[in-house]
Amino acid sequence: MSKQKKTMNLNFGPQHPAAHGVLRLILELDGEMVERADPHIGLLHRGTEKLIEHKTYTQAIPYFDRLDYVAPMNQEHAFALAVEKLLSIEVPLRAQYIRVIFCEIGRILSHILNITTQALDVGALTPALWGFEEREKLMVFYERVSGSRLHANYFRPGGVHIDLPAGLPEDIYKFCEDFPKVIDDLETLLTDNRIFKQRNVDIGIISKQEALDHGFSGVMLRGSGVPWDLRKSNPYECYEEFNFKIPVGKNGDCYDRYLCRIEEMRESILIMIQALKKIPKGPVMTLDTKIGPPKRKDMKTSMEALINHFKLYTEGYHVTKGEVYSAVEAPKGEFGVYLVADGSNKPYRCKIKAPGFTHLQAMNYMIKGHMLADVPAILGSMDIVFGEVDR
Amino acid sequence: MISEYLYIIFFDSLKILALIVPVLIAVALIVWVDRRVWGLVQLRKGPNVVGPFGLLQTAADALKYIFKEIIIPAGSNKIIFILAPVVTMSLALLAWAVIPFGDNLYVTNINVGILYIFAVSSLGVYGIIMAGWASNSKYPFLGALRSAAQMVSYEVSIGLIIVTVLLCVGSLNLVDIVLAQKNIWFAIPLFPMFVIFFISALAETNRPPFDLPEAEAELVSGYQTEYSGMMYALFWLGEYANILLMCALGSILFLGGWLPLLDIAPLNLIPSPLWLIFKILLLFIVFALIKAIVPRYRYDQLMRLGWKVFLPVSLFWVVLTASFLFYFNLLPNQS
Repeated sequence: MSKQKKTMNLNFGPQHPAAHGVLRLILELDGEMVERADPHIGLLHRGTEKLIEHKTYTQAIPYFDRLDYVAPMNQEHAFALAVEKLLSIEVPLRAQYIRVIFCEIGRILSHILNITTQALDVGALTPALWGFEEREKLMVFYERVSGSRLHANYFRPGGVHIDLPAGLPEDIYKFCEDFPKVIDDLETLLTDNRIFKQRNVDIGIISKQEALDHGFSGVMLRGSGVPWDLRKSNPYECYEEFNFKIPVGKNGDCYDRYLCRIEEMRESILIMIQALKKIPKGPVMTLDTKIGPPKRKDMKTSMEALINHFKLYTEGYHVTKGEVYSAVEAPKGEFGVYLVADGSNKPYRCKIKAPGFTHLQAMNYMIKGHMLADVPAILGSMDIVFGEVDR
Repeated sequence: MISEYLYIIFFDSLKILALIVPVLIAVALIVWVDRRVWGLVQLRKGPNVVGPFGLLQTAADALKYIFKEIIIPAGSNKIIFILAPVVTMSLALLAWAVIPFGDNLYVTNINVGILYIFAVSSLGVYGIIMAGWASNSKYPFLGALRSAAQMVSYEVSIGLIIVTVLLCVGSLNLVDIVLAQKNIWFAIPLFPMFVIFFISALAETNRPPFDLPEAEAELVSGYQTEYSGMMYALFWLGEYANILLMCALGSILFLGGWLPLLDIAPLNLIPSPLWLIFKILLLFIVFALIKAIVPRYRYDQLMRLGWKVFLPVSLFWVVLTASFLFYFNLLPNQS
């Protein structure tokens, strides 16, 4: 007579304090051991991709802010690059530098949130408040440049919306000088903390091959030792002009991913400092007035400029027929936009490839055999934001 | 005859009230201290609005809890569900009866005082198990299981630590234990034991890094998940009363209880209860700082620490202390 093992089903989320956003996990528990984890998605589905099909290219940008709302401009970037590729227009160098600066700000925004919530998930409450102090400063940079702390709508196909306001580069530079000290402080609380290490080292290991097989990207892949970063592997924008390193992990556990993120923040600071030092003068939007808005001054005198302005903000611009895939190294991994244009002023199809989605698929693989307390630890190190998973 | 009994009952009730009311007020203040310290570590202010320096915050919170609706889950065992917070709270207060605040300042002075405290605090786990079981819900259930294992494991090491102290004193009476530290506080010769006692006290009272029974990230809030209103507040007050008790016990066993730092003029003029309160506060601030700094252990790591590190170490110290005292003929004379 075989004895049947009885397992307990535990509903982890979507109302659980440690379920990032609206994740619903059905856990099959044997005591404290997790036998199976079944992630349910769709609780934050807003139909972004379909909505974009009914909006002009300019109107589509704000939807990208709302995907991974932790680092909004990185998503806008992917869409802007896709449209630029279809239109085959050049982005002015100053705009490229501004984009790089704000993409790195986005990376820091996202990594601060992730590292501190990973600490929160294993029970350390203080790093979160220390980290948010810094996030606040970065949000203010977002606000100063775009008027909005979160949903910036700042990167546009052809450049960026407006030039940096006076004094902002200096303030960002000041931040870059002070921030490494804050990372050091965070590290004193976490990196060598015995309990933090016990909770993260050798937890949620994923091997090189498995990470590749699961379609991982970003830190999840680099933590397992694959030096794959689109900024280096497939340079876009002006990333070739900067000198930076790609931190790579060794064991592919939660602790390595944490260390990778810490190092990436330091590298981001270096990129920002280089960009701020080298940033050229010039326009920040393509001079093609069919795509970028004409100058206010011209509109007072030139009939054509006035018509361009009117057409741009009502009908939008028409994008040449074609298909394009463009991807950026978003903080969470490869964020891609697959755009099909039919020659009209609206995209025919816009498929969004969110890194968090593929990471979430590996949930069962990574959690199986661990204890219940490791579930939030692994979940935290996966860096899942439901805005982009559910779209 | 009867009037004599009544007189005793009346007098004892007054004594109990004189103890319990200050303890409850102390609990309210200690919650404030906890939140304040926590806030300062986290670069924020903490409660500072209600009353002077926010001192009345806890009173306001308690008032809020009183007016909240008490929700009893449909599938729960109602009697045990209601009994659990009452048990926790009353056990937390019960142990205070033998804590001496001075040579003659105590509610009662029983000669097995330390065993009494140990017994009462061991019973504390019942409140949690009852709550977890009666809630008939999965998170509280897991929390209760964890807490049962945790409290039992760490009580073993606390027991051995107490044995070490008792070997040096030769009495189970708390007043005697304090008086035995006239020359030197036990924290100095028995320093490793003091550290282990402190950590075990953290585990015993479910404070971080050992707050597994209510680990927010995994178990929502463990055995308290289904509780609301005043019943939740009772758990919460009971928990802090327990923490305070553990701090008091730590001061009595290792920091010389109500004895002044040095027996010299300005220091020994301070009344003895103030010394004890000062020492309790000192220990509590360390409790609060630890809460702010450390992450949480995992269940199996906690068990490993308790059984494989603390137990052997404290056992070794018991043997060491006993042999030392015996060899040098320092054992306290007891007939």
